[in-house]
Amino acid sequence: MLTVEERQEIEKEIHHYEHKQAACIEAMKIVQRHRGWVSDESIRDIAAMMDMSPTALDSVATFYNLIFRKPVGKHVIMICDSVSCWIMGYENMRDHLCRKLGIQLGETTADGRFTLLPIVCLGTCDHAPAMMIGDTLYRDLTPEKIDTILKQYA
Amino acid sequence: MIDRPLTKNIDLSREPFSIKEYEAAGGYQGVHKALKEFTDPKSIVDLVKNAGLKGRGGAGFSTGLKWSFVPMGPDAPRPRYLVCNGDEMEPGTFKDRLLLEGDPHSLIEGMICTAYAIQAEVAYIFLRWGYTLAEQRLSKAIAEAYQAGYLGKSILGTGFNLDLHLHISAGRYICGEETALLNSLEGKRANPRTKPPFPQVSGLFGKPTIVQNVETLCNVHHILVHGVDWYKGLSRCEDGGTKLYGVSGKVKKPGVWELPMGVTVREILEDHAGGMRDGLKLKGFLPGGASTDFLVEEHLDLKMDYATIGKAGSRMGTGTMIILDDQTCPVGMVLNLTRFFAQESCGWCTPCRDGLPWSVKLLEAIEKGEGKPEDLDRLAAQCRFMGPGNTFCALAPGAAEPIQSSLKYFKEDFERHLAEKRCPWRS
Repeated sequence: MLTVEERQEIEKEIHHYEHKQAACIEAMKIVQRHRGWVSDESIRDIAAMMDMSPTALDSVATFYNLIFRKPVGKHVIMICDSVSCWIMGYENMRDHLCRKLGIQLGETTADGRFTLLPIVCLGTCDHAPAMMIGDTLYRDLTPEKIDTILKQYA
Repeated sequence: MIDRPLTKNIDLSREPFSIKEYEAAGGYQGVHKALKEFTDPKSIVDLVKNAGLKGRGGAGFSTGLKWSFVPMGPDAPRPRYLVCNGDEMEPGTFKDRLLLEGDPHSLIEGMICTAYAIQAEVAYIFLRWGYTLAEQRLSKAIAEAYQAGYLGKSILGTGFNLDLHLHISAGRYICGEETALLNSLEGKRANPRTKPPFPQVSGLFGKPTIVQNVETLCNVHHILVHGVDWYKGLSRCEDGGTKLYGVSGKVKKPGVWELPMGVTVREILEDHAGGMRDGLKLKGFLPGGASTDFLVEEHLDLKMDYATIGKAGSRMGTGTMIILDDQTCPVGMVLNLTRFFAQESCGWCTPCRDGLPWSVKLLEAIEKGEGKPEDLDRLAAQCRFMGPGNTFCALAPGAAEPIQSSLKYFKEDFERHLAEKRCPWRS
Protein backbone atom coordinates (compact mmCIF):
# COMPACT_ATOMS: atom_id res chain seq x y z
CA MET A 1 0.00 0.00 0.00
CA LEU A 2 1.28 3.43 -0.87
CA THR A 3 1.17 5.90 2.01
CA VAL A 4 -0.99 9.01 1.87
CA GLU A 5 2.17 11.10 1.64
CA GLU A 6 3.50 9.08 -1.31
CA ARG A 7 0.15 9.33 -3.11
CA GLN A 8 0.02 13.10 -2.62
CA GLU A 9 3.56 13.56 -3.95
CA ILE A 10 2.76 11.39 -6.99
CA GLU A 11 -0.50 13.25 -7.69
CA LYS A 12 1.45 16.51 -7.78
CA GLU A 13 3.82 15.12 -10.43
CA ILE A 14 0.98 13.79 -12.59
CA HIS A 15 -0.21 17.38 -13.17
CA HIS A 16 3.07 18.24 -14.89
CA TYR A 17 2.35 16.04 -17.91
CA GLU A 18 -0.18 15.65 -20.69
CA HIS A 19 -0.51 11.90 -19.96
CA LYS A 20 -0.71 10.31 -16.54
CA GLN A 21 1.78 7.53 -17.37
CA ALA A 22 4.48 10.11 -18.01
CA ALA A 23 4.79 10.54 -14.25
CA CYS A 24 5.56 6.86 -13.63
CA ILE A 25 9.32 7.38 -13.36
CA GLU A 26 8.79 10.22 -10.87
CA ALA A 27 6.37 7.98 -8.98
CA MET A 28 8.94 5.19 -8.64
CA LYS A 29 11.56 7.70 -7.50
CA ILE A 30 9.17 9.05 -4.87
CA VAL A 31 8.55 5.56 -3.48
CA GLN A 32 12.27 4.82 -3.59
CA ARG A 33 13.02 8.02 -1.66
CA HIS A 34 10.66 6.88 1.10
CA ARG A 35 11.54 3.17 1.18
CA GLY A 36 15.03 2.91 -0.27
CA TRP A 37 13.95 0.64 -3.14
CA VAL A 38 10.96 -0.37 -5.27
CA SER A 39 9.47 -3.75 -4.35
CA ASP A 40 7.16 -5.93 -6.48
CA GLU A 41 4.30 -4.78 -4.26
CA SER A 42 5.19 -1.11 -4.88
CA ILE A 43 5.35 -1.79 -8.65
CA ARG A 44 1.78 -3.17 -8.47
CA ASP A 45 0.55 -0.22 -6.38
CA ILE A 46 2.16 2.44 -8.58
CA ALA A 47 1.00 0.69 -11.77
CA ALA A 48 -2.59 0.71 -10.50
CA MET A 49 -2.35 4.42 -9.79
CA MET A 50 -0.94 5.10 -13.28
CA ASP A 51 -3.45 2.90 -15.15
CA MET A 52 -0.57 0.73 -16.34
CA SER A 53 0.00 -3.00 -16.09
CA PRO A 54 2.66 -3.99 -13.52
CA THR A 55 4.66 -5.60 -16.34
CA ALA A 56 4.69 -2.39 -18.38
CA LEU A 57 5.84 -0.43 -15.34
CA ASP A 58 8.53 -3.00 -14.52
CA SER A 59 9.89 -2.78 -18.05
CA VAL A 60 10.38 0.95 -17.42
CA ALA A 61 11.79 0.37 -13.92
CA THR A 62 14.44 -2.08 -15.10
CA PHE A 63 15.56 0.18 -17.96
CA TYR A 64 16.95 2.88 -15.68
CA ASN A 65 20.17 2.57 -13.71
CA LEU A 66 18.90 4.23 -10.56
CA ILE A 67 15.59 2.56 -9.86
CA PHE A 68 16.56 -0.09 -7.32
CA ARG A 69 14.48 -3.27 -7.66
CA LYS A 70 16.34 -4.97 -4.80
CA PRO A 71 16.84 -3.69 -1.25
CA VAL A 72 19.94 -1.54 -0.75
CA GLY A 73 21.88 -0.51 2.33
CA LYS A 74 21.22 2.63 4.36
CA HIS A 75 23.84 4.50 2.32
CA VAL A 76 24.42 3.81 -1.37
CA ILE A 77 27.98 4.51 -2.48
CA MET A 78 28.26 5.11 -6.23
CA ILE A 79 31.80 5.19 -7.53
CA CYS A 80 32.41 6.59 -11.01
CA ASP A 81 34.05 4.04 -13.32
CA SER A 82 34.08 6.15 -16.49
CA VAL A 83 37.10 7.22 -18.48
CA SER A 84 38.48 10.30 -16.70
CA CYS A 85 38.15 8.65 -13.28
CA TRP A 86 39.70 5.46 -14.72
CA ILE A 87 42.71 7.46 -15.92
CA MET A 88 42.99 9.18 -12.53
CA GLY A 89 42.96 6.02 -10.42
CA TYR A 90 39.46 4.52 -10.27
CA GLU A 91 40.75 0.95 -9.94
CA ASN A 92 42.75 1.77 -6.78
CA MET A 93 39.80 3.61 -5.23
CA ARG A 94 37.45 0.73 -6.04
CA ASP A 95 39.84 -1.84 -4.57
CA HIS A 96 40.30 0.29 -1.46
CA LEU A 97 36.54 0.62 -0.94
CA CYS A 98 35.97 -3.12 -1.50
CA ARG A 99 38.69 -4.01 1.04
CA LYS A 100 37.51 -1.46 3.55
CA LEU A 101 33.84 -2.53 3.35
CA GLY A 102 34.54 -6.23 2.83
CA ILE A 103 32.20 -6.41 -0.18
CA GLN A 104 32.39 -6.46 -3.97
CA LEU A 105 30.67 -4.04 -6.38
CA GLY A 106 26.92 -4.63 -6.32
CA GLU A 107 26.91 -5.97 -2.76
CA THR A 108 25.66 -4.68 0.60
CA THR A 109 27.58 -4.90 3.88
CA ALA A 110 26.33 -7.50 6.38
CA ASP A 111 25.20 -4.75 8.78
CA GLY A 112 23.08 -3.21 6.01
CA ARG A 113 24.91 0.09 6.25
CA PHE A 114 26.49 0.40 2.77
CA THR A 115 25.74 -0.74 -0.77
CA LEU A 116 28.60 -0.25 -3.25
CA LEU A 117 27.71 0.33 -6.91
CA PRO A 118 29.64 1.44 -9.97
CA ILE A 119 28.16 4.48 -11.69
CA VAL A 120 28.79 6.15 -15.03
CA CYS A 121 30.50 9.53 -15.37
CA LEU A 122 29.38 11.92 -12.62
CA GLY A 123 30.30 15.00 -14.66
CA THR A 124 33.03 16.23 -12.34
CA CYS A 125 35.96 14.99 -14.42
CA ASP A 126 38.28 17.88 -13.49
CA HIS A 127 38.14 16.54 -9.92
CA ALA A 128 38.53 12.83 -10.68
CA PRO A 129 38.35 10.28 -9.13
CA ALA A 130 34.87 10.88 -7.76
CA MET A 131 31.99 9.13 -6.00
CA MET A 132 28.60 9.94 -4.54
CA ILE A 133 27.14 8.71 -1.28
CA GLY A 134 23.40 9.29 -1.45
CA ASP A 135 22.99 12.86 -2.68
CA THR A 136 26.48 14.03 -1.72
CA LEU A 137 29.36 14.27 -4.17
CA TYR A 138 32.96 13.54 -3.12
CA ARG A 139 35.81 14.48 -5.43
CA ASP A 140 39.61 14.30 -5.79
CA LEU A 141 39.51 10.99 -3.92
CA THR A 142 42.50 9.32 -2.30
CA PRO A 143 42.42 6.21 -0.09
CA GLU A 144 42.99 8.42 2.98
CA LYS A 145 40.15 10.73 1.97
CA ILE A 146 37.83 7.74 1.49
CA ASP A 147 38.64 6.56 5.04
CA THR A 148 37.74 9.97 6.48
CA ILE A 149 34.51 10.16 4.47
CA LEU A 150 33.35 6.67 5.51
CA LYS A 151 33.82 7.59 9.19
CA GLN A 152 31.13 10.28 8.78
CA TYR A 153 28.66 7.54 7.86
CA ALA A 154 29.71 5.11 10.61
CA MET B 1 30.68 44.93 -23.71
CA ILE B 2 30.90 41.58 -22.00
CA ASP B 3 33.18 38.95 -23.45
CA ARG B 4 32.23 35.95 -21.27
CA PRO B 5 28.41 35.98 -21.40
CA LEU B 6 27.96 32.41 -20.13
CA THR B 7 30.10 32.63 -17.02
CA LYS B 8 30.17 36.33 -16.13
CA ASN B 9 27.95 35.76 -13.07
CA ILE B 10 29.60 32.51 -11.97
CA ASP B 11 31.71 32.22 -8.85
CA LEU B 12 31.57 28.71 -7.40
CA SER B 13 32.88 29.88 -4.01
CA ARG B 14 29.49 31.45 -3.25
CA GLU B 15 25.81 30.70 -3.86
CA PRO B 16 24.58 31.56 -7.38
CA PHE B 17 22.83 34.90 -7.91
CA SER B 18 19.33 35.22 -6.51
CA ILE B 19 16.80 36.74 -8.89
CA LYS B 20 17.41 40.22 -7.44
CA GLU B 21 21.19 39.95 -7.84
CA TYR B 22 20.75 38.44 -11.30
CA GLU B 23 18.50 41.34 -12.38
CA ALA B 24 20.94 43.85 -10.91
CA ALA B 25 23.65 42.30 -13.12
CA GLY B 26 21.52 42.92 -16.22
CA GLY B 27 19.60 39.67 -16.02
CA TYR B 28 16.14 39.13 -17.56
CA GLN B 29 16.72 42.06 -19.97
CA GLY B 30 16.51 39.41 -22.72
CA VAL B 31 13.00 38.44 -21.63
CA HIS B 32 11.87 42.09 -21.50
CA LYS B 33 13.33 42.71 -24.95
CA ALA B 34 11.97 39.51 -26.50
CA LEU B 35 8.42 39.91 -25.27
CA LYS B 36 8.13 43.66 -25.80
CA GLU B 37 10.27 44.45 -28.85
CA PHE B 38 10.07 41.25 -30.92
CA THR B 39 6.35 41.24 -31.53
CA ASP B 40 6.94 38.77 -34.37
CA PRO B 41 8.59 35.76 -32.66
CA LYS B 42 9.94 34.61 -36.03
CA SER B 43 12.34 37.56 -35.99
CA ILE B 44 14.05 35.96 -32.95
CA VAL B 45 14.47 32.74 -34.91
CA ASP B 46 16.13 34.69 -37.75
CA LEU B 47 18.34 36.61 -35.33
CA VAL B 48 19.62 33.43 -33.67
CA LYS B 49 20.18 31.85 -37.09
CA ASN B 50 22.16 34.89 -38.28
CA ALA B 51 24.23 34.92 -35.09
CA GLY B 52 25.62 31.51 -36.05
CA LEU B 53 24.71 29.80 -32.78
CA LYS B 54 25.21 26.06 -33.13
CA GLY B 55 23.96 23.39 -30.73
CA ARG B 56 26.44 22.85 -27.89
CA GLY B 57 25.32 19.32 -27.06
CA GLY B 58 27.72 17.81 -29.55
CA ALA B 59 26.08 17.70 -32.97
CA GLY B 60 26.66 21.40 -33.77
CA PHE B 61 23.45 21.94 -35.74
CA SER B 62 22.32 25.52 -36.42
CA THR B 63 20.00 26.44 -33.54
CA GLY B 64 17.92 29.02 -35.43
CA LEU B 65 17.49 26.66 -38.37
CA LYS B 66 16.22 23.95 -36.01
CA TRP B 67 13.63 26.35 -34.58
CA SER B 68 12.48 27.37 -38.07
CA PHE B 69 11.13 23.83 -38.62
CA VAL B 70 8.50 24.25 -35.88
CA PRO B 71 5.07 24.66 -37.50
CA MET B 72 3.71 28.07 -36.56
CA GLY B 73 0.48 29.93 -37.24
CA PRO B 74 -3.10 29.53 -36.08
CA ASP B 75 -3.54 25.98 -37.47
CA ALA B 76 -0.31 24.58 -35.99
CA PRO B 77 -0.69 21.92 -33.28
CA ARG B 78 -0.71 23.01 -29.65
CA PRO B 79 0.69 22.88 -27.09
CA ARG B 80 4.25 23.24 -28.30
CA TYR B 81 7.06 22.14 -26.02
CA LEU B 82 10.57 23.28 -25.20
CA VAL B 83 12.87 20.77 -23.52
CA CYS B 84 16.27 21.58 -22.05
CA ASN B 85 18.62 18.61 -22.30
CA GLY B 86 20.50 18.68 -19.02
CA ASP B 87 21.29 14.97 -19.03
CA GLU B 88 25.05 15.54 -19.17
CA MET B 89 26.25 11.92 -19.13
CA GLU B 90 28.87 11.83 -21.88
CA PRO B 91 31.98 10.53 -20.09
CA GLY B 92 34.54 13.27 -19.68
CA THR B 93 31.95 16.05 -19.96
CA PHE B 94 31.37 18.46 -17.10
CA LYS B 95 30.53 21.80 -18.71
CA ASP B 96 26.76 22.06 -18.22
CA ARG B 97 27.21 21.34 -14.52
CA LEU B 98 29.05 24.68 -14.24
CA LEU B 99 26.13 26.60 -15.79
CA LEU B 100 23.43 24.71 -13.88
CA GLU B 101 25.09 25.14 -10.49
CA GLY B 102 26.67 28.52 -11.17
CA ASP B 103 23.91 30.61 -12.78
CA PRO B 104 20.52 28.85 -12.92
CA HIS B 105 18.64 32.07 -13.78
CA SER B 106 20.65 32.38 -16.99
CA LEU B 107 19.30 29.02 -18.17
CA ILE B 108 15.75 29.99 -17.21
CA GLU B 109 16.08 33.30 -19.07
CA GLY B 110 17.41 31.54 -22.18
CA MET B 111 14.52 29.09 -21.99
CA ILE B 112 11.87 31.81 -21.70
CA CYS B 113 13.30 33.61 -24.76
CA THR B 114 13.48 30.34 -26.72
CA ALA B 115 9.96 29.30 -25.70
CA TYR B 116 8.69 32.69 -26.85
CA ALA B 117 10.50 32.35 -30.21
CA ILE B 118 8.72 29.06 -30.95
CA GLN B 119 5.58 30.03 -28.98
CA ALA B 120 5.86 27.06 -26.64
CA GLU B 121 3.67 27.11 -23.55
CA VAL B 122 5.24 24.27 -21.57
CA ALA B 123 8.93 23.70 -20.94
CA TYR B 124 10.87 20.98 -19.13
CA ILE B 125 14.40 20.79 -17.85
CA PHE B 126 15.53 17.16 -18.13
CA LEU B 127 18.24 16.95 -15.49
CA ARG B 128 20.50 14.00 -14.77
CA TRP B 129 20.04 12.27 -11.45
CA GLY B 130 23.51 12.93 -10.09
CA TYR B 131 23.30 16.74 -10.27
CA THR B 132 21.72 17.16 -6.85
CA LEU B 133 23.19 20.62 -6.17
CA ALA B 134 21.93 21.85 -9.55
CA GLU B 135 18.51 20.38 -8.71
CA GLN B 136 18.29 22.39 -5.47
CA ARG B 137 19.50 25.59 -7.09
CA LEU B 138 17.26 25.26 -10.17
CA SER B 139 14.19 24.53 -8.03
CA LYS B 140 14.83 27.69 -6.03
CA ALA B 141 15.46 29.78 -9.16
CA ILE B 142 12.31 28.48 -10.90
CA ALA B 143 10.23 29.38 -7.83
CA GLU B 144 11.76 32.88 -7.81
CA ALA B 145 11.04 33.31 -11.54
CA TYR B 146 7.37 32.35 -11.01
CA GLN B 147 7.19 34.76 -8.08
CA ALA B 148 8.62 37.60 -10.17
CA GLY B 149 6.18 36.94 -13.02
CA TYR B 150 8.75 35.67 -15.55
CA LEU B 151 7.00 32.30 -15.60
CA GLY B 152 3.31 31.42 -15.43
CA LYS B 153 0.35 33.24 -16.95
CA SER B 154 0.66 36.39 -19.08
CA ILE B 155 4.36 37.02 -18.54
CA LEU B 156 5.12 40.76 -18.15
CA GLY B 157 1.47 41.38 -18.99
CA THR B 158 1.95 40.33 -22.62
CA GLY B 159 -0.45 37.39 -22.71
CA PHE B 160 2.43 34.94 -23.27
CA ASN B 161 2.17 31.93 -20.91
CA LEU B 162 4.93 29.52 -19.96
CA ASP B 163 5.12 26.77 -17.37
CA LEU B 164 8.52 25.30 -16.54
CA HIS B 165 8.92 21.89 -14.88
CA LEU B 166 12.06 20.18 -13.63
CA HIS B 167 12.29 16.45 -14.46
CA ILE B 168 15.01 14.47 -12.70
CA SER B 169 16.10 11.46 -14.74
CA ALA B 170 16.40 7.96 -13.31
CA GLY B 171 19.71 7.63 -15.14
CA ARG B 172 20.66 6.18 -18.51
CA TYR B 173 23.15 7.61 -21.03
CA ILE B 174 20.80 7.13 -23.99
CA CYS B 175 18.45 9.75 -22.46
CA GLY B 176 20.83 12.36 -23.87
CA GLU B 177 19.70 11.37 -27.39
CA GLU B 178 16.85 13.80 -28.05
CA THR B 179 14.16 11.35 -29.16
CA ALA B 180 15.08 8.88 -26.38
CA LEU B 181 14.86 11.79 -23.96
CA LEU B 182 11.31 12.50 -25.16
CA ASN B 183 10.32 8.86 -24.59
CA SER B 184 11.80 9.09 -21.11
CA LEU B 185 9.82 12.28 -20.39
CA GLU B 186 6.70 10.38 -21.45
CA GLY B 187 7.49 7.76 -18.79
CA LYS B 188 8.70 5.11 -21.22
CA ARG B 189 11.91 3.17 -21.81
CA ALA B 190 14.36 5.60 -23.36
CA ASN B 191 14.64 3.96 -26.78
CA PRO B 192 15.32 6.42 -29.61
CA ARG B 193 12.54 7.09 -32.12
CA THR B 194 12.62 6.87 -35.89
CA LYS B 195 13.35 10.15 -37.66
CA PRO B 196 11.43 11.52 -39.51
CA PRO B 197 9.20 12.77 -38.10
CA PHE B 198 11.63 15.08 -36.36
CA PRO B 199 10.73 16.34 -32.86
CA GLN B 200 10.31 19.88 -34.23
CA VAL B 201 7.17 18.55 -35.95
CA SER B 202 6.16 15.61 -33.76
CA GLY B 203 7.99 15.39 -30.46
CA LEU B 204 6.80 15.20 -26.86
CA PHE B 205 3.29 13.68 -26.73
CA GLY B 206 3.30 13.96 -30.54
CA LYS B 207 3.45 17.77 -30.42
CA PRO B 208 6.05 20.14 -31.94
CA THR B 209 9.05 20.13 -29.60
CA ILE B 210 12.46 21.75 -29.51
CA VAL B 211 15.20 20.03 -27.51
CA GLN B 212 18.34 22.07 -26.76
CA ASN B 213 21.42 21.57 -24.66
CA VAL B 214 21.91 23.71 -21.51
CA GLU B 215 24.86 25.68 -22.89
CA THR B 216 23.02 26.45 -26.15
CA LEU B 217 20.04 27.93 -24.28
CA CYS B 218 22.32 30.06 -22.08
CA ASN B 219 23.44 31.95 -25.22
CA VAL B 220 20.02 32.99 -26.50
CA HIS B 221 19.17 35.99 -24.29
CA HIS B 222 22.65 37.45 -24.74
CA ILE B 223 22.18 37.39 -28.53
CA LEU B 224 18.85 39.18 -28.10
CA VAL B 225 20.30 41.87 -25.85
CA HIS B 226 23.68 42.48 -27.52
CA GLY B 227 23.00 41.54 -31.15
CA VAL B 228 24.49 39.49 -33.96
CA ASP B 229 27.65 41.55 -34.58
CA TRP B 230 28.67 41.40 -30.93
CA TYR B 231 28.01 37.66 -30.83
CA LYS B 232 30.02 36.94 -33.97
CA GLY B 233 32.82 39.15 -32.67
CA LEU B 234 33.27 36.93 -29.62
CA SER B 235 34.44 34.08 -31.83
CA ARG B 236 37.64 33.35 -33.73
CA CYS B 237 35.91 31.29 -36.41
CA GLU B 238 32.75 31.19 -38.50
CA ASP B 239 30.64 29.78 -35.62
CA GLY B 240 29.46 32.54 -33.34
CA GLY B 241 30.03 33.08 -29.64
CA THR B 242 32.13 31.61 -26.90
CA LYS B 243 32.39 27.96 -25.87
CA LEU B 244 32.90 26.16 -22.61
CA TYR B 245 36.05 24.11 -23.12
CA GLY B 246 37.21 21.58 -20.57
CA VAL B 247 40.19 19.34 -19.93
CA SER B 248 40.41 16.21 -17.78
CA GLY B 249 43.17 13.64 -17.36
CA LYS B 250 46.74 14.01 -16.12
CA VAL B 251 47.29 17.69 -16.78
CA LYS B 252 48.47 20.20 -14.19
CA LYS B 253 45.19 22.11 -13.85
CA PRO B 254 42.14 20.24 -15.12
CA GLY B 255 39.10 22.48 -15.46
CA VAL B 256 36.52 24.19 -17.63
CA TRP B 257 36.82 27.68 -19.14
CA GLU B 258 34.68 29.96 -21.30
CA LEU B 259 36.84 30.97 -24.28
CA PRO B 260 36.27 32.38 -27.76
CA MET B 261 34.91 29.72 -30.10
CA GLY B 262 37.82 28.52 -32.21
CA VAL B 263 40.80 28.84 -29.84
CA THR B 264 43.45 26.23 -30.58
CA VAL B 265 43.76 22.93 -28.76
CA ARG B 266 47.24 23.99 -27.66
CA GLU B 267 45.95 27.18 -26.00
CA ILE B 268 43.37 25.22 -24.05
CA LEU B 269 45.79 22.49 -23.06
CA GLU B 270 48.86 24.60 -22.29
CA ASP B 271 47.63 28.09 -21.29
CA HIS B 272 44.53 27.03 -19.37
CA ALA B 273 45.10 23.44 -18.25
CA GLY B 274 48.78 24.15 -17.50
CA GLY B 275 50.15 21.42 -19.77
CA MET B 276 50.93 17.82 -18.88
CA ARG B 277 51.91 16.85 -15.35
CA ASP B 278 55.67 16.70 -14.83
CA GLY B 279 57.23 13.55 -16.23
CA LEU B 280 54.28 12.75 -18.52
CA LYS B 281 53.93 13.21 -22.26
CA LEU B 282 50.81 13.73 -24.30
CA LYS B 283 49.96 10.60 -26.24
CA GLY B 284 46.55 11.56 -27.62
CA PHE B 285 43.25 13.17 -26.75
CA LEU B 286 39.54 12.84 -27.31
CA PRO B 287 38.53 16.39 -28.30
CA GLY B 288 34.92 16.42 -27.16
CA GLY B 289 33.91 13.57 -24.89
CA ALA B 290 33.97 9.78 -25.03
CA SER B 291 32.30 9.41 -28.42
CA THR B 292 34.84 11.36 -30.48
CA ASP B 293 37.84 10.08 -32.46
CA PHE B 294 41.29 10.37 -30.91
CA LEU B 295 43.57 13.11 -32.16
CA VAL B 296 47.31 13.37 -31.45
CA GLU B 297 50.15 15.86 -31.06
CA GLU B 298 50.15 16.93 -34.73
CA HIS B 299 46.63 18.30 -34.18
CA LEU B 300 47.50 20.62 -31.27
CA ASP B 301 47.48 23.79 -33.36
CA LEU B 302 44.05 23.16 -34.83
CA LYS B 303 41.18 25.43 -33.89
CA MET B 304 38.58 23.86 -31.61
CA ASP B 305 35.55 24.47 -33.80
CA TYR B 306 33.09 22.12 -35.46
CA ALA B 307 34.49 22.42 -39.01
CA THR B 308 38.21 22.27 -38.21
CA ILE B 309 38.03 19.30 -35.85
CA GLY B 310 35.66 17.61 -38.31
CA LYS B 311 38.20 17.99 -41.11
CA ALA B 312 40.88 16.41 -38.93
CA GLY B 313 38.74 13.26 -38.71
CA SER B 314 37.13 13.76 -35.33
CA ARG B 315 34.34 15.85 -33.82
CA MET B 316 34.41 18.79 -31.43
CA GLY B 317 31.50 17.13 -29.63
CA THR B 318 30.96 18.73 -26.25
CA GLY B 319 34.32 20.56 -26.29
CA THR B 320 35.54 18.81 -23.17
CA MET B 321 38.81 17.04 -23.92
CA ILE B 322 40.05 13.85 -22.28
CA ILE B 323 43.81 13.58 -22.26
CA LEU B 324 45.67 10.28 -22.73
CA ASP B 325 49.19 10.42 -21.30
CA ASP B 326 52.09 8.12 -22.20
CA GLN B 327 51.90 6.22 -18.91
CA THR B 328 48.26 5.23 -19.40
CA CYS B 329 47.51 2.22 -21.62
CA PRO B 330 45.55 3.24 -24.74
CA VAL B 331 44.03 -0.24 -25.03
CA GLY B 332 42.84 -0.04 -21.41
CA MET B 333 41.36 3.38 -22.06
CA VAL B 334 39.48 2.22 -25.15
CA LEU B 335 38.28 -0.85 -23.23
CA ASN B 336 36.93 1.40 -20.48
CA LEU B 337 35.11 3.57 -23.03
CA THR B 338 33.66 0.59 -24.89
CA ARG B 339 32.45 -1.08 -21.67
CA PHE B 340 30.55 2.12 -20.92
CA PHE B 341 28.86 2.17 -24.33
CA ALA B 342 28.06 -1.57 -24.20
CA GLN B 343 26.42 -1.12 -20.80
CA GLU B 344 24.48 1.97 -21.83
CA SER B 345 23.25 0.69 -25.21
CA CYS B 346 19.46 0.63 -25.03
CA GLY B 347 19.42 -2.72 -26.84
CA TRP B 348 17.01 -1.60 -29.53
CA CYS B 349 19.05 -2.32 -32.67
CA THR B 350 21.37 -5.22 -33.42
CA PRO B 351 24.66 -3.58 -34.46
CA CYS B 352 24.77 -1.70 -31.15
CA ARG B 353 23.33 -4.37 -28.85
CA ASP B 354 25.61 -7.13 -30.20
CA GLY B 355 28.50 -5.19 -31.69
CA LEU B 356 29.47 -3.35 -28.51
CA PRO B 357 29.69 -6.42 -26.21
CA TRP B 358 31.65 -8.21 -28.93
CA SER B 359 34.05 -5.28 -29.15
CA VAL B 360 34.43 -5.39 -25.35
CA LYS B 361 35.34 -9.10 -25.52
CA LEU B 362 37.96 -8.48 -28.18
CA LEU B 363 39.44 -5.53 -26.28
CA GLU B 364 39.45 -7.45 -22.97
CA ALA B 365 41.33 -10.31 -24.60
CA ILE B 366 43.88 -7.96 -26.18
CA GLU B 367 44.35 -6.00 -22.95
CA LYS B 368 44.96 -9.19 -20.95
CA GLY B 369 47.50 -10.42 -23.50
CA GLU B 370 45.22 -13.15 -24.81
CA GLY B 371 44.43 -11.50 -28.13
CA LYS B 372 45.10 -13.00 -31.55
CA PRO B 373 46.57 -11.04 -34.48
CA GLU B 374 43.29 -11.30 -36.41
CA ASP B 375 41.45 -9.61 -33.51
CA LEU B 376 42.55 -6.18 -34.76
CA ASP B 377 40.79 -6.78 -38.09
CA ARG B 378 37.74 -8.12 -36.25
CA LEU B 379 37.64 -4.97 -34.14
CA ALA B 380 37.92 -2.79 -37.25
CA ALA B 381 35.09 -4.79 -38.86
CA GLN B 382 32.90 -4.22 -35.78
CA CYS B 383 33.51 -0.48 -36.10
CA ARG B 384 32.26 -0.62 -39.68
CA PHE B 385 29.16 -2.62 -38.70
CA MET B 386 28.36 -0.05 -36.00
CA GLY B 387 29.09 2.90 -38.31
CA PRO B 388 26.75 5.67 -39.48
CA GLY B 389 23.72 4.46 -41.41
CA ASN B 390 23.63 1.00 -39.83
CA THR B 391 22.06 1.92 -36.51
CA PHE B 392 18.94 3.58 -35.17
CA CYS B 393 20.76 6.42 -33.38
CA ALA B 394 24.23 7.87 -32.92
CA LEU B 395 25.27 5.81 -29.87
CA ALA B 396 27.07 2.98 -31.67
CA PRO B 397 28.68 5.15 -34.38
CA GLY B 398 29.93 7.39 -31.55
CA ALA B 399 31.21 4.39 -29.60
CA ALA B 400 33.11 3.21 -32.68
CA GLU B 401 34.97 6.53 -32.99
CA PRO B 402 37.54 6.06 -30.20
CA ILE B 403 38.03 2.39 -31.22
CA GLN B 404 38.66 3.05 -34.90
CA SER B 405 40.94 6.00 -34.23
CA SER B 406 42.94 4.11 -31.60
CA LEU B 407 43.60 1.41 -34.20
CA LYS B 408 44.87 4.20 -36.46
CA TYR B 409 47.09 6.10 -34.03
CA PHE B 410 48.05 3.48 -31.44
CA LYS B 411 48.28 0.34 -33.57
CA GLU B 412 51.82 -0.37 -32.33
CA ASP B 413 50.50 -0.43 -28.78
CA PHE B 414 47.83 -2.98 -29.71
CA GLU B 415 50.50 -5.06 -31.44
CA ARG B 416 52.76 -4.91 -28.38
CA HIS B 417 49.94 -6.43 -26.29
CA LEU B 418 49.64 -9.24 -28.85
CA ALA B 419 53.41 -9.85 -29.12
CA GLU B 420 54.25 -9.61 -25.39
CA LYS B 421 51.04 -11.43 -24.37
CA ARG B 422 50.47 -8.92 -21.57
CA CYS B 423 49.69 -5.26 -21.02
CA PRO B 424 53.04 -3.43 -21.17
CA TRP B 425 51.62 -0.75 -18.86
CA ARG B 426 50.83 -3.18 -16.04
CA SER B 427 53.75 -4.09 -13.80
